[in-house]
Amino acid sequence: MKEYRTITQIAGPLVFVEKTEPVGYGELVNIVLYDGSIKRGQVLDTSDELVVVQVFETTAGIGRDSGIRFTGETIKMPVGRDMLGRILSGGGKPIDGGPEIVPEKRLDITGAAINPYARGSPNDFIQTGISTIDGTNTLVRGQKLPIFSGAGLPHNQIALQIARQAKVPGSKEAFAVVFAAMGITKEEANYFMQDFERTGALERAVVFLNLADDPAVERIITPRLALTTAEYLAFDLGMHVLVILTDMTNYCEALRQIGAAREEVPGRRGYPGYMYTDLAGIYERAGIVKGKKGSITQFPILTMPGDDITHPIPDLTGYITEGQIVVSRELHRKGIYPPINVLPSLSRLMNLGIGKGHTREDHKKVSDQLYAAYAEGNDLRGLVAIVGKDALSERDRMFLEFADLFENRFVRQGYTEDRTIEETLDLGWNLLSTLPVEQLVRIDRDLINKYHPKFRQTAKAEG
Amino acid sequence: MEVKAQDTKTTKTGVLKRIAGPVVTAVGIEAHMYDVVKVGKEELMGEVIKIQGENIIIQVYEDTSGIRPGEPVINTGLSLAVELGPGLLTSIYDGIQRPLSVLVDKMGDFIQRGVSAPGLDHSKKWEFRPLVKEGQEVGPGTVIGEVQETNIVHRILVPPNVKGGTVKSIRSGSFTVDEVICTLDDGTSLTMMQKWPVRVPRPVLEKMNPTVPLITGQRILDGLFPIAKGGTAAIPGPFGSGKTVTQQQLAKWSDAEIVVYIGCGERGNEMTEVLTEFPELEDPKTGKPLMERTVLIANTSNMPVAAREASVYTGITIAEYFRDMGYDVSLMADSTSRWAEAMREISSRLEEMPGEEGYPAYLAARLSEFYERAGRVRTLGGKMGSVSVIGAVSPPGGDFSEPVTQNTLRIVKVFWALDAKLSQRRHFPAINWLNSYSLYLDSLQEWYDREVSPEWNSLRSWAMEILQKEAELQEIVQLVGSDALPEAEQITIEVARMIREIFLQQNAYDAVDTFCDMKKQYDMMKAIRQYSDLAYAAQNAGVTPQQILSVRSKNELPQIKFIKDYVPALAKIQADMESEFNALRSAA
Ligand SMILES: Nc1ncnc2c1ncn2[C@@H]1O[C@H](COP(=O)(O)OP(=O)(O)OP(=O)(O)O)[C@@H](O)[C@H]1O
Ligand SMILES: Nc1ncnc2c1ncn2[C@@H]1O[C@H](COP(=O)(O)OP(=O)(O)O)[C@@H](O)[C@H]1O
Ligand SMILES: [Mg+2]
Ligand SMILES: [Mg+2]
Repeated sequence: MKEYRTITQIAGPLVFVEKTEPVGYGELVNIVLYDGSIKRGQVLDTSDELVVVQVFETTAGIGRDSGIRFTGETIKMPVGRDMLGRILSGGGKPIDGGPEIVPEKRLDITGAAINPYARGSPNDFIQTGISTIDGTNTLVRGQKLPIFSGAGLPHNQIALQIARQAKVPGSKEAFAVVFAAMGITKEEANYFMQDFERTGALERAVVFLNLADDPAVERIITPRLALTTAEYLAFDLGMHVLVILTDMTNYCEALRQIGAAREEVPGRRGYPGYMYTDLAGIYERAGIVKGKKGSITQFPILTMPGDDITHPIPDLTGYITEGQIVVSRELHRKGIYPPINVLPSLSRLMNLGIGKGHTREDHKKVSDQLYAAYAEGNDLRGLVAIVGKDALSERDRMFLEFADLFENRFVRQGYTEDRTIEETLDLGWNLLSTLPVEQLVRIDRDLINKYHPKFRQTAKAEG
Repeated sequence: MEVKAQDTKTTKTGVLKRIAGPVVTAVGIEAHMYDVVKVGKEELMGEVIKIQGENIIIQVYEDTSGIRPGEPVINTGLSLAVELGPGLLTSIYDGIQRPLSVLVDKMGDFIQRGVSAPGLDHSKKWEFRPLVKEGQEVGPGTVIGEVQETNIVHRILVPPNVKGGTVKSIRSGSFTVDEVICTLDDGTSLTMMQKWPVRVPRPVLEKMNPTVPLITGQRILDGLFPIAKGGTAAIPGPFGSGKTVTQQQLAKWSDAEIVVYIGCGERGNEMTEVLTEFPELEDPKTGKPLMERTVLIANTSNMPVAAREASVYTGITIAEYFRDMGYDVSLMADSTSRWAEAMREISSRLEEMPGEEGYPAYLAARLSEFYERAGRVRTLGGKMGSVSVIGAVSPPGGDFSEPVTQNTLRIVKVFWALDAKLSQRRHFPAINWLNSYSLYLDSLQEWYDREVSPEWNSLRSWAMEILQKEAELQEIVQLVGSDALPEAEQITIEVARMIREIFLQQNAYDAVDTFCDMKKQYDMMKAIRQYSDLAYAAQNAGVTPQQILSVRSKNELPQIKFIKDYVPALAKIQADMESEFNALRSAA
């Protein structure tokens, strides 16, 4: 392989190289330092005169004397079944002291888009044991459902509780967890690793760790390595894979950094104009392929800068993912765990995985009614602050109380409390039964007669 | 038929000079703007988008990884065109009309590159029935015959760019789209397929004023903010507010004859949902599977961005083609913001001077050219047809002041403003009734008078007034609480709540309520009006608001939504309301 020493410029994570052989766009580049060590990069722009290389590690040590080798291929990743149970760096190198991965295949890390015609319909209900998810924002296999959180909120606990409790009731199929950390602290990483070890989940997991003090640009490839691994486990080995990506905010910051180094025209708040497309290239790598056994379910976690859901990172994410679970500082302050605010939360695939044959026939309507009643009660809190409780009508007072009940009984649950879907739905009915029946306008009469505690009891008593 | 004469001088081979993502530069090639070129050894499809001295700048519709400077570039001399003919219906295409089912056969479950696939199946035979005779005069747009494609009849037209003349021969029987079925005296031979360049609107005889609503079965749309057949509408909203579901509802239930649905830069699973649902659902008008009248274009967010840019043109050209057969076509584009972003991405790679928020300066022009292709028309062949265009807009942060929303609102006639506050409390469709509007109300008034009821228009105005009044009253409630409102206004608040919860709210996932015909819409609104009239009359007669608000029979009204044969139940509720109020009045 030919080695060039024609670097003309280094700017941020970018290296400019002149007078080379014709180099392919997206090609993997090895940069050889004076001490023989090698750094990796990728071609971003290639022409007769100039090649622009984005380096995936720090550029420390790279100079005009460094050698450049073009590998002639795009970035590939070795994958194999012995990856399960392994801990790798954010760049894919083993860091657990174990042997190199024995590759069964080498796969392109950008991945190819699943042909929409080949996608299978995601409709297997995943029970997480958390009422605000199962009851009102149901997760299904093959979904991408991010957690929108804020600094200092317990998103990691929630993610772990989900990873621990998630099951498809009645199914015993092989599952695996792929965990990709991007720019999180050592302490946060340990929190995950200890839980994986304690519960034995590590054996079924592949862990990629890019920590806060690892190079930021490496974060660009970490989620891609994780998803390439997940695709192999899911579509080659037939496993149901849960992918946790944390923290996507750090990923986006790295993207912004590269954009700035390339002197691109920035989009909103300095993030690149192509961030939507770039993120879609990650999030869309979830789903089910018709005729294949496995599936990829994604749980990206991101911290919203300034708790602002309209910030480009949560905003573009929400436009791509199939809903979002929003963690609320206000509920957290009230001491409620898990502090999930259902109002801005959403699961877009919920309707495919609930109802008769999946969960229970009343699920959708109960969920709608809980939302409507909680939203109404929650609105009234603002009013009470101004005019006092006494100025409220009878009806308003009932909804106000409902909102408190909902937070304290439905939302609040233990870190290890694993509720079945029946428990969640029955709990929902219990809360709704504190309202007059005629206020339950979202539910048809038949379902009310069948499931409402008041009528259920009379039905039982008569029967 | 060739779209553009193949000029041998411009059909040349050059070489690639630079590759930077989806935009590449070639030299040593002669080209015109929008020529289709084949890029690299794998002959990836691309289109000339800029000419700068000897540099020819090309957007490539497939992934360019691994392509190197020095690889060949071939100019086909043709424009980006779609194949139009039998076989379009029930198809699902990518942004450049490659059938996704064929791509699965050719390259597996994941989209690879360098595979071409024609838009129509060229081996399939279709039963052609001629409708003109030898010796008859035909011109552009004349229907020369037909094919029973699905339950839809596919009319075969003389292409707009063929001069026409006398039919010399015409055959009936079973043919592929490449076989000649008709010849004209000037030597022209016609097949069942025509090609049309996607960036050029298909010509029409004249544009007419829209006077008929596109009935969608969605109460807030048909009832309050209707779109006309041949009209334009925009549906902007933050993520999760209901753009896609609303568009899918329109694709399912609107009384268009043909539906073109473009998934432009959105989710893969949403297209899968359409693909699995539509074949199962029945058109309420014909009872036939909805898929039979549908063409899908799916260029999802992770598919090449240049093909996303093209997808909107591919879709509208197909829509115009069916319009030219005399059909009422409705086209949904989800989302036009992703299309605009594709333009922005390409433009920034061209290092063009950016306009507002980085969008190219021609953003407004492109948007209006696109929506201008909607309309109710007299076709070249003298038929009446229409294309209605409904575009979703995805404003960053849900802020409608951004360029795509603003430029769209300057063009479209109907604005359905989605509101995150409503969707968060699961009030669906989350269309804000105070900010939305339809500029077709006046021109459709006559239709509603005639087809629904002479009372309808005043019923509509009444409902809008109550909702407006409620908004004003809510401001007072926010200061003093609802109990402090005067009696009459407490009734207004209640009636407004009924309009919102009974009429406006409509659950797309309820088997019955997903579609509501105009008669039911009218009956429901009328029943609410009846309660309102009875309530104010009772209040005048001295009945207390508490009594009026606790009339039991009105609590049954929301249930009407879920009942298919609702007429007896509704009649009973209405009768009960009368007698309950009678009792109240006589007691007062
Ligand atoms: N156009 C509307 N959009 C949303 N809600 C409306 C509208 N009109 C009336 N409402 C109803 O009125 C009530 C108060 O509306 P909303 O919460 O929008 O008030 P607001 O004063 O804008 O609130 P905020 O002070 O939080 O901005 C809600 O219960 C809602 O159902
Ligand atoms: N008319 C409707 N009826 C019931 N639910 C709806 C309706 N419109 C939207 N929804 C709910 O809102 C969610 C988000 O809607 P969607 O159309 O995907 O939003 P957007 O395209 O604006 O991001 C859906 O998954 C569904 O749960
Ligand atoms: Mg959508
Ligand atoms: Mg017609």
